[in-house]
Amino acid sequence: MKYSAFRILKEGLTGNKGWTPAWRDPDPQEGYDVVVVGGGGHGLSTAYYLSNKFGVRNVAVVEKGWLGGGNIGRNTTIIRSNYMLPGNEPFYELSMKLWEGLEQDTNYNSMVSQRSILNLFHTDGQRDAFVRRANSMFLAGADAELADAAQLRKELPFLDFDNARFPIKGGLFQRRGGTARHDAVAWGYARGADMQGVDLIQNCEVTGFEIENGVCKGVQTTRGAIKAKKVAVCVAGSSSRVMAMAGMRLPIESHVLQAFVSEGLKPVIPGVITFGAGHFYISQSDKGGLVFGGDIDGYNSYAQRGNLPVVEDVCEGGMAIMPMIGRARLLRSWGGIMDMSMDGSPFIDKTHIDGLYFNGGWCYGGFKATPASGYCYAHLLATDEPHEVATELRLDRFKRGHMIDEKGSGNQPNLH
Amino acid sequence: MIIEHPLLGPRDAAEFVYLGDASLLDRPDWQAEDAAERFYEYGYLRDNPAGQHQELWYHEQGDRSWLVVTRNTVSHEITKVELARDVARERGRARGRDT
Repeated sequence: MKYSAFRILKEGLTGNKGWTPAWRDPDPQEGYDVVVVGGGGHGLSTAYYLSNKFGVRNVAVVEKGWLGGGNIGRNTTIIRSNYMLPGNEPFYELSMKLWEGLEQDTNYNSMVSQRSILNLFHTDGQRDAFVRRANSMFLAGADAELADAAQLRKELPFLDFDNARFPIKGGLFQRRGGTARHDAVAWGYARGADMQGVDLIQNCEVTGFEIENGVCKGVQTTRGAIKAKKVAVCVAGSSSRVMAMAGMRLPIESHVLQAFVSEGLKPVIPGVITFGAGHFYISQSDKGGLVFGGDIDGYNSYAQRGNLPVVEDVCEGGMAIMPMIGRARLLRSWGGIMDMSMDGSPFIDKTHIDGLYFNGGWCYGGFKATPASGYCYAHLLATDEPHEVATELRLDRFKRGHMIDEKGSGNQPNLH
Repeated sequence: MIIEHPLLGPRDAAEFVYLGDASLLDRPDWQAEDAAERFYEYGYLRDNPAGQHQELWYHEQGDRSWLVVTRNTVSHEITKVELARDVARERGRARGRDT
């Protein structure tokens, strides 16, 4: 069923009786060309691009819980491509371009809103670093715009420009950045994949891999064994647990990142604002809630909940840069489990086991990468060659000494 | 989280800095044949278990001791706290000895 304004009108006039479920609920078949493990944003996006762009339609997505129940449902919905390093920035810019056409592509309202993202700076040195980053973004075809304090005072008068510790000297805009409706992204990809015949199998936990003589031939699940020519693991947050079943150790630690939503307010914050020096970022959702977050808690965790010191730290950051939010009441907070990699950058790669592929290590940046992650993973699965913007996102890069370390903080996952 | 410091008693985890898996105590032998491979594994690969995890915490805003904390990564429950010094000695390591 194609969604359109006409369809809404017609259904509205005929009692909304014609809507059908957005996807089927099939039982697993005996085997597939590709089995994607993990029905989150990246897994569904992979299945979507495999079936819609690369012509691989004999595909199943197996998901332990329900579709989109992991980090695609637990993030702060920000999309941007303001990275610096050559191994990263072209990849995220591809993602940005895919975001821009996503709703037309999937025929699904993902509420992509290019309301801009702003990174604040407070010193001359920081400004110079941002100028360098902006130039690097231009090289990859992204947009960037440096704003001084006078311009920001006009656009965002509510910021604490004269903060004693971090006075605001300006910021780096990416006007094409913004937010998207996170669940709708997963649902749009799921529906688009399902329409091409991809089986989306929920409540189906992978309990092991069928590996014979270094070749992966399928997965064992709670709903029986499924044969596969290629198994594509895509379970960021649980990567180490799943890949341990294939005997692999990963350059990843799992950490918890908390996020918060205030009560609904009238529109006050036009775009996304990040205050890196104070570990705080914020945007306002379409419902009016202030959506904000900060640093990861900093210790290994699979708990999907964090601790109070970080709540305090994040709120202090918010009060420091934006005192007006002090009277907004907190509505909800939650934690999501991040694959924190050793250099802060992700992986889309084959493994040393034939037929077993790995996508993970997204740190706290997985949401914005959802389209390109799926696209590049689908490219790898369909052609056995990495996509040209994902050639650096390899599992063996630490061994080769080719880290993609945006922050330059070394192999310390909780510092990225 | 409250960390039961062996010398100082219960301390808020916010006083500590977290380093990571306590396997970092077991630095490979730099003279071994396969030292490059071993150091790659030591530096970059982690078990990252969901469940019991032995990890290194540094009491930066306290007595500056290194602790080995045994903590459940699913429930955050801490079951054992030892001085890293004692753990390293138990594993046969001592100051001045290179193994």
